Amino acid sequence: MADLRARLSGVSKVFGDGADAVHALGPVDLDLEAGEFIAVVGPSGCGKTTLLETIAGLTSPSGGHVTFEGAPVAGRVPRGIGVVFQEDASFPWLNVWDNIAFGLRREAIEAAEIRARVDYAISFMGLSAFARAYPAQLSGGMRQRVCIARTLVMRPRLILLDEPFGALDQQTRLLMGDELLRLWRETGATVFLITHAIDEAVMLADRVGVMSARPGRFIELIETGWPASRSSANVADAAFGRLTGHVWSRLRAEAMKALGRDSDIQAGA
Amino acid sequence: MRGVARARIAVIAGAVALLELLTRAGVIDRLTMIPPSAMAAHLRIMLLQGELDAPMAETFTNISIAFVLSVLIGIAGGLVIHARRRIRRLVDPLLASYYAVPFFVFYPLLITIFGLNRWPLIFIGFGFGAAAMVIATLNGLDRVPHVLRKVARVHGLGRAEEVWRVTLPAAAPHLAAGLKLALAYAFIGVIAGEFILSGTGLGHAIAYAYDSFDNPTMYALMLLVVMLAIGLNVAIHLFEEHLVRRRWRT
Repeated sequence: MADLRARLSGVSKVFGDGADAVHALGPVDLDLEAGEFIAVVGPSGCGKTTLLETIAGLTSPSGGHVTFEGAPVAGRVPRGIGVVFQEDASFPWLNVWDNIAFGLRREAIEAAEIRARVDYAISFMGLSAFARAYPAQLSGGMRQRVCIARTLVMRPRLILLDEPFGALDQQTRLLMGDELLRLWRETGATVFLITHAIDEAVMLADRVGVMSARPGRFIELIETGWPASRSSANVADAAFGRLTGHVWSRLRAEAMKALGRDSDIQAGA
Repeated sequence: MRGVARARIAVIAGAVALLELLTRAGVIDRLTMIPPSAMAAHLRIMLLQGELDAPMAETFTNISIAFVLSVLIGIAGGLVIHARRRIRRLVDPLLASYYAVPFFVFYPLLITIFGLNRWPLIFIGFGFGAAAMVIATLNGLDRVPHVLRKVARVHGLGRAEEVWRVTLPAAAPHLAAGLKLALAYAFIGVIAGEFILSGTGLGHAIAYAYDSFDNPTMYALMLLVVMLAIGLNVAIHLFEEHLVRRRWRT
């Protein structure tokens, strides 16, 4: 995992200007290595989504810079980066097959190759029975799988996921986590996952980045030490509880700050 | 829904049957109205004899041009206004009050500009329809989830491609509602314009029959206009239903 996929150097983001300026993020320094799975947790409003969108090129940083495979990310999303959003981003006017083929049809790719990639992604994500269904006929989890499959077929080398399972129940999230691990192993892509769920971050990632309250900075990057063959079964592992507890111990004070309860921290609550 | 549709048809059929009965029984005298069956019979004769070919061609050409211009310029205008906040703030109150604009009073001015031809009437139909289409487009664009635009950017779509492949399809149900209004306004604008101001078209033929006390012709033409308006609206409604059903079927 020595190859560098992306680098963030002194990245910060300020919204607005003058007295109304809001310092949302940073400065953040982070190296994303090829093939690693990194998850980021932080209090609400700490700039997690802003960080992800800055890496993607959807938002320009106010300070610092981002590079993807050595080239600066500026103003547009580089080829090789795929993004899965928290909200349902499936296109309601397209069926599952066409949703997944959306990006491929813009590329100079032969129809047979498109068909092969889409069919494989549909099968991989367990959507074979719903290839001709429209998003409105699917559950929230299935729609999110459609969005993941739409990203997968583009064969990205860096996959950015912004709380993709945030709207799902706990059981579905665990199972979707397994599918995400399978996808990560199979593609060899670097995965950058934003999540508000500490257990999800610890269960899935090689490294968990813990962010401070706004303006978000990394206060610790924790190595989980899981093998690549891990799954949701590791929630029964003693190390899982230990890691989850450690992440929460670093996060608790920041979460209280984000809630405006600094006085409770000083009082030792 | 089938039950509701059947009930709706039954209400219309009942009203027509009642009208038939009242006119046949003399409760409504023939100078005021002729029976619906007589309207249909007279219309059939006029259609078979080709009397209506020229006015129908004239009117439907005018309506079609007014409708197409309303839709194209209305959607383009909606896209531009939506993309520019200052323009939006400027025109929003004007769009909200466009219903109050009596476009017909501009007919003399339109003749001065376009000449004594079909274009003043087309402009009246267009004036009504385009504003409705702009409003429908803005409504639709306001409701396009921001995340879909982000997906477009992630896939490297340029502005024009994003509009064509993402924004307009996402706004399609609202655009369909705009199509319906634009058609209705184009229809009303052109036929009313012909009725009051023009020397050609179906609207003028109705006015001419009215002035000549030619009730069978006047009612036959009115029946034709109503049937055509309903038929076109039903076609757009079915298209709208198709869009909605596909997106929200469970």
